[in-house]
Amino acid sequence: MDFYVLSSTFLYITFFVYLIATAFFGMTLGNNRDENKKSKATKLAMTFTIIGFASHLTAYIFRWVEAGHIPVSNMFEYITFFGLMLVLCFIVIHFVYGIPALGLVALPIAIVIIGYGSMFPQEVSPLVPSLQSHWLYIHVTLVGLAQAILAISFIAGLLFLIVKVDQTVRNKETTFLEIIIYAVLSTVGFIILSTGFGAMDYEATFIQEADGYQYEIEYDKPALFQPNNSELMTEDRFNSGLETPAWMQGIDAGKKLNTLTLSLLAGLLLYGLVRLMLKGKRIGASLQNKFGKINPDVVDDVMYRSIAIGFPLFTLGGLIFAAIWAQEAWGRFWGWDPKEVWALITWLFYAVFLHLRLTRGWHGKKSAWLAVIGFVIIMFNLIVINLVIAGLHSYAS
Amino acid sequence: MSDQSIRCECGHLNKEGTILCEACGKPIEGNQHIDGNDEKHVLEMRYEGSARRSQTYKRTFVDKTWAFFSSVKVGVWLIVITVVLSALGTVYPQEQFKNSPLPSSQFYVEEYGLTGQIFYQLGFHNMYSSWWYITLVALIGVSIIIASIDRYVPLRRALNNQKTKRHEVFVKRQRLVSKDNELNEDGVNKLKENLKSRRYKVYEDDGHVMAEKNRFSRWGPYVNHIGLIIILLASIFRMFEVMHVDDYVWVREGETRVIPSTNQEYYVENTGFVYEEYDPETQQQFSRALEDVDEPVPKNFQTNAVIYRTTEETLPGQEPELEEVTRGEIRLNQPVTFDGYALYQAGTQLEAEYDSMSFDVQLNDEVLGEFTFYSDEAPPEFHLEESDIMVSVDDWYPELEFTENGPSSFSKFPRNPGLIFSVENPDTGDSERFFYLQEDIIPLSEDNELVMNVTGVDRRSASGLTVKKDNTLPLFGLGAGIFMIGVVQGLYWYHRRVWIHPKGEGVYHIGVHTNKNWYGMKQELEKITEDTNVQEFEDQQELK
Repeated sequence: MDFYVLSSTFLYITFFVYLIATAFFGMTLGNNRDENKKSKATKLAMTFTIIGFASHLTAYIFRWVEAGHIPVSNMFEYITFFGLMLVLCFIVIHFVYGIPALGLVALPIAIVIIGYGSMFPQEVSPLVPSLQSHWLYIHVTLVGLAQAILAISFIAGLLFLIVKVDQTVRNKETTFLEIIIYAVLSTVGFIILSTGFGAMDYEATFIQEADGYQYEIEYDKPALFQPNNSELMTEDRFNSGLETPAWMQGIDAGKKLNTLTLSLLAGLLLYGLVRLMLKGKRIGASLQNKFGKINPDVVDDVMYRSIAIGFPLFTLGGLIFAAIWAQEAWGRFWGWDPKEVWALITWLFYAVFLHLRLTRGWHGKKSAWLAVIGFVIIMFNLIVINLVIAGLHSYAS
Repeated sequence: MSDQSIRCECGHLNKEGTILCEACGKPIEGNQHIDGNDEKHVLEMRYEGSARRSQTYKRTFVDKTWAFFSSVKVGVWLIVITVVLSALGTVYPQEQFKNSPLPSSQFYVEEYGLTGQIFYQLGFHNMYSSWWYITLVALIGVSIIIASIDRYVPLRRALNNQKTKRHEVFVKRQRLVSKDNELNEDGVNKLKENLKSRRYKVYEDDGHVMAEKNRFSRWGPYVNHIGLIIILLASIFRMFEVMHVDDYVWVREGETRVIPSTNQEYYVENTGFVYEEYDPETQQQFSRALEDVDEPVPKNFQTNAVIYRTTEETLPGQEPELEEVTRGEIRLNQPVTFDGYALYQAGTQLEAEYDSMSFDVQLNDEVLGEFTFYSDEAPPEFHLEESDIMVSVDDWYPELEFTENGPSSFSKFPRNPGLIFSVENPDTGDSERFFYLQEDIIPLSEDNELVMNVTGVDRRSASGLTVKKDNTLPLFGLGAGIFMIGVVQGLYWYHRRVWIHPKGEGVYHIGVHTNKNWYGMKQELEKITEDTNVQEFEDQQELK
């Protein structure tokens, strides 16, 4: 039995089951439905969420069996784990608070996150010596769980903002809300582009000259930005003739810039399409109509509570256990490696959140915006620090 | 200052600057602006309306400094500045990670251009050990200490002085209230019973009831701040060299070397270095990943080490007498520890040096003899006993390089050995010369009748070990532990109080305070008021 194939199959299934669950969560909203139908939709939505979670967990366990070590050792594995924990947290939150609208935010975010993670190489890699430690099981998983719990505060914050931001006129808050939606759509754009061109087996080879050496660089998407000082070798491939600026470092700088730009453009296209379908209305505004009446106090409480749980767990997993492992592996518990610095930044930021909330009474919208910024910091640490600023902890390479 | 103290109508003597009477909670006239109670109905209960030094005295320089550092706003700004700077410090690698032979003054500008130059000139390449970064962290420390004392002392006093019997205004201006409840004796008793079963401590005085639980939760923030202070103190201690050892030693296979920074007391012997790679054949599950990479994926770096200690004082130049302390396999994630020191696997020069090279000498397809040249011994000549021939080593270049002046050695380490031999031809009596380089023999004359062959080489690895000793670790651990206790104590328990205030003739006001989690408080109130006819509580501060 090939556990690798089984694991991939279950992940596909998960993806679709979560989509179905999202659709049912959509039905829990709306004004012309009576309570009874709503609760039926909620039950169905939760059933599918739990089925999806079970399938997700199965995929994860099969991969674990195949690898022989816990799958948290590269981007794909970590993001899958993060998504798994996110859905788990949502399920728990649902049984405590029972806010179906939260599912309508949480599941799409989880789908996008899992989809994004699936774009990274999925091969089962062996553990390099530095990862061969029982702390991998403790430190990385606890960080994943803590970040997922902190992400719940973002999801609750986003829901709060969707409901509470004044959409009657355009203002700073509506703009920022649209930017968040645009960022999510750009990630969707990235997934569509990667999957699409991946299915086509798109390949374009560039030869780049740098420091007197020649490098061969493979693009898997059309080149809007080709590598600096390079030439296209494959025939019949699109090439805009724009070059990546020389100051961007690294052999893959051109490829990364190209993917980022294409994703942002795809996001723009998606965003434009949705706006057209809404007859020009802001997406945030029409979401507000859909989400209707939600008890803001409860959503605010979810936001706070998830940080109250996520923050100590992050301290323990992301700083204390991390320091213990670093001491055991490198003989120094703290070394100002970029990822360590960003873990500290995350920690300090949530410490600020708690201070502002508990001693200065920042509740509601102010808290919600902070929760959004917190999530941006976590994603920055996950994506930019791994892919752009490489350090000791980097999953890339 | 006691002359400024304020006597409340309940008789309690409050300190200057008190906002709510410590005993009965009645707002003290003239001080309501301090907590903003004059502008809203719900009383500010964060510090119980106690007299905080920072809010009371603002005249002298000391007062102002105290007020500055005790402000959460200032603390938050200090953290935000630290966060922004820390983030900027990760834009380019710190000096210690730059991994380039170029000096920093050139590295940043050449690698990253103008922004790199700015990064370097602002000193961001050494940010986390710069005086201004350390100062910033120290200011946060000062802020933590002052803000904690400023709040803890009066808060503790206020909670110690609180009386069961509260002023009506205090009760009615709590965030959660239920006013004008008509309760008979059974009703009040039921309430008290419910409160007790919810683990409240119930106090009574003259018909007034106060129920309280989890007051210790209020100390959580101060406990976790103590933890942080201990961590900051530990970092200060760590700045002193005596508190920690950080050194590096290279040990070749078979070599015994003194461990630096141990006062010549400890020695380490490398009895063998093990390097393993993942094999896609035997570990099928990794085959997909292993096919994708050009270079093999390492599985294990391991030094088999023996640690020795000198038995007595050794004079310089004297061979030390060693006794074994411990032995073990040093791997990544598995240091060997002894007497507070730890040795970590940190670097390898895999088979980078030649331990020995073996040769034979032939004449007319007949082997005249064999010999092995050991790099570390580098003998000047060999005697081949079978044929009684002398082989002399004319030149020995451990790390051969060719310069304008001919061959020379770049270092004393046998990384690229070169040898020039003279061998006596037994038939002619002539001396014939051979050059060994790069595992091959080149006759230095076309007339050579002898043939020399390389029959084998033996390479060795060198292992880089970091030597660490850190006396501050227990202090860091203690700080982290206390911090976690404080956080949990403050976040997962809630200080809750319920006041049942008789207005007379069987009418009661009920006021409720919790230091956080109002949502949970409301749920608990449903249980507390079960089987009583207490009216629904009004949340006077709900988010709209």
